[in-house]
Amino acid sequence: MLAHGSGGKAMHDLISSLIVPAFSNPRLEPLDDSALLQIGDRTVAFTSDSYTVDPIFFPGGDIGRLAVCGTVNDLAVCGAVPFALSCALIIEEGLPTADLQRILDSMKSSASEAGVEIVTGDTKVLQHGKGDKIFINTSGIGLLPRHRAPLPGKAVAGDAVLVNGPIADHGAAVMAEREEYALRAEISSDVAPLSDLIETLLAAVPEAHCLKDPTRGGVASALNEIASASRMTIVLNEEAIPVRKPVAGLCELLGLDPLYFANEGKVLAVVPGERAEDALEALKSHPLGREAAIIGVVKEFDRVPLAVKTPFGSHRVVSMLTGEQLPRIC
Amino acid sequence: MKYIDEFRDSGVVRALARRIGTLAGDLGTIKLMEVCGTHTMSIARFGLRSLFPENIELTSGPGCPVCVSPQSFVDKAIAYCRRPETIVTTFGDMIRVPGSSSSLEKERSGGADVRIVLSTMDALQIAVSNPEKDVVFLGIGFETTAPTIAASILAARGKSIGNFAVLSGHKTMPNAMAALASDPEVRIDGYICPPHVSAIIGSDAYLFLAERYNKPCAIAGFEPVDIMQGVLWLLEMIATGSPDVRNQYSRVVTKTGNPEALRILREVFTPKDDEWRGIGAIPLSGLAIADAFSKYDAEIRWPVEAEPQFIPPGCICGRILKGTAGPRDCGLFGKACTPDEPVGACMVSSEGACAAAFKYG
Repeated sequence: MLAHGSGGKAMHDLISSLIVPAFSNPRLEPLDDSALLQIGDRTVAFTSDSYTVDPIFFPGGDIGRLAVCGTVNDLAVCGAVPFALSCALIIEEGLPTADLQRILDSMKSSASEAGVEIVTGDTKVLQHGKGDKIFINTSGIGLLPRHRAPLPGKAVAGDAVLVNGPIADHGAAVMAEREEYALRAEISSDVAPLSDLIETLLAAVPEAHCLKDPTRGGVASALNEIASASRMTIVLNEEAIPVRKPVAGLCELLGLDPLYFANEGKVLAVVPGERAEDALEALKSHPLGREAAIIGVVKEFDRVPLAVKTPFGSHRVVSMLTGEQLPRIC
Repeated sequence: MKYIDEFRDSGVVRALARRIGTLAGDLGTIKLMEVCGTHTMSIARFGLRSLFPENIELTSGPGCPVCVSPQSFVDKAIAYCRRPETIVTTFGDMIRVPGSSSSLEKERSGGADVRIVLSTMDALQIAVSNPEKDVVFLGIGFETTAPTIAASILAARGKSIGNFAVLSGHKTMPNAMAALASDPEVRIDGYICPPHVSAIIGSDAYLFLAERYNKPCAIAGFEPVDIMQGVLWLLEMIATGSPDVRNQYSRVVTKTGNPEALRILREVFTPKDDEWRGIGAIPLSGLAIADAFSKYDAEIRWPVEAEPQFIPPGCICGRILKGTAGPRDCGLFGKACTPDEPVGACMVSSEGACAAAFKYG
């Protein structure tokens, strides 16, 4: 069902109960954003992602830019420097050539921005009605710098949680743009390649424990994953979480929670507590991190993986996304 | 004023909490019912319960339109999903409510044309864009939404849109609140009244609850300051033994409500006795499409047969909607019944008490 693709619990269950057992091998088991492969004396990061976003053009970006940045970012959050991408296009008959050109141009400029090249690919055309305008798969390889060990990928008590800027922009922009909702709002996707930002961060704080890009399922799902994998509890400070006012307004109107919206130009960084300020400074020194913030702390496990402290001192639990987010009725 | 900032001011909230604490100290156990599902969510989301003293209990009521729609309504909706050449349009939450053997979400993934809309006018537009299909809109919601459905029916008539009809499951609040007030199983010392319903029907609509049933009523908005102030005013009325209707949400609600909305409501709908999930029949608590508009009544225009009803054993949604039990009193809560695999409507809806308890802890 649709819920299986939304990045939340249903998708996780599908992957862990059906897909992983079918392919089972030790390099797959970590289920990180990229697989890390030892090839000769180098550690190579390898990742793949498919992009089916609708609408294909949205404020701030398009499916092509998303396809390049998403895969670049999956490599970057493993501490790898992105090296090259493949690009497989599945095009529905009838897609205007001008649209395809626009998407390809966007992919080229995004790849240049990210410092990668698209070196191989494939093109298929489906009969009209058998697809949805265009689907794109990009796979990517990157190299872990020789001096860098793979990130532990786990949080420990006392760690700080940072984000490089306001959350929920991408999910809100796509939702606002969708024809069926007919809303007009000053919201733009944050889609951007983060490799350079992450290099800046890791240069300043090589002891970072964990990086994750909160795409589908949002910050809530990403932090639930980190906390569960680490057997810790992450407590966020609601007042510290940056959300742009139009995005907050859209969420309030529809009764939705920005913590569950997708981000495509954001990285969550979990770093040792005593390095939090250095990490913040490093992020803020970069154009994609000017509005970075320390948003939470990691504590010993206490009943739930993720909670938020409200401005009134109370706590609420933030669980994994279940199903799709549905707008309110009345 | 942006309303979000000012009415979430933590200083003001804490000050109100202190005043509530002082006043509550002289009272015994007090049970207040927040009728509206969005209030339930708001209270859970902002963690307001932790700000009240132990003797002040807030119980969730039947103000969740999805939760109170009876199983038979969901099963009929599913029957429309299976009807050929039919597009079923609905507000969001309905798609996950379990029917006797399926849900709208499951029907959609099986190929049925089910579309989520934010407004009935969008459903009307779908009818215009798909003249060869029959478009059914699932009309749920209280007095807040019913006028918009009435407007869509009037628009359909005005534009001679012939392929649009509504399955009406609309319900009205005041008589339901009266039914609970006179139910010996239910103890309610005061009502936090539903804000958006009140915007339509006006604060005077609750006077009979204060006068005939001795229930203090406070209409409060959704923000933390609103809710805290509403609770404070209820306690003041309880402390002085002077039940009345007080309007905290005066920035939106007036004494007589929205006259235009009420006018079209009365034109397009007629009150009927109606069934509320778990609670049972409540006199004159539902809205049927008036005879003059029977062409837009899906059940008359395109009758369908729903499958035989099956309600899973152990589900206590009814008691939860009445406020005689809480989510954690249910044996299925968090085990057989979760947001992923809901057994009852209270777990599905974004305004359901069980969904709030599960989501916010």
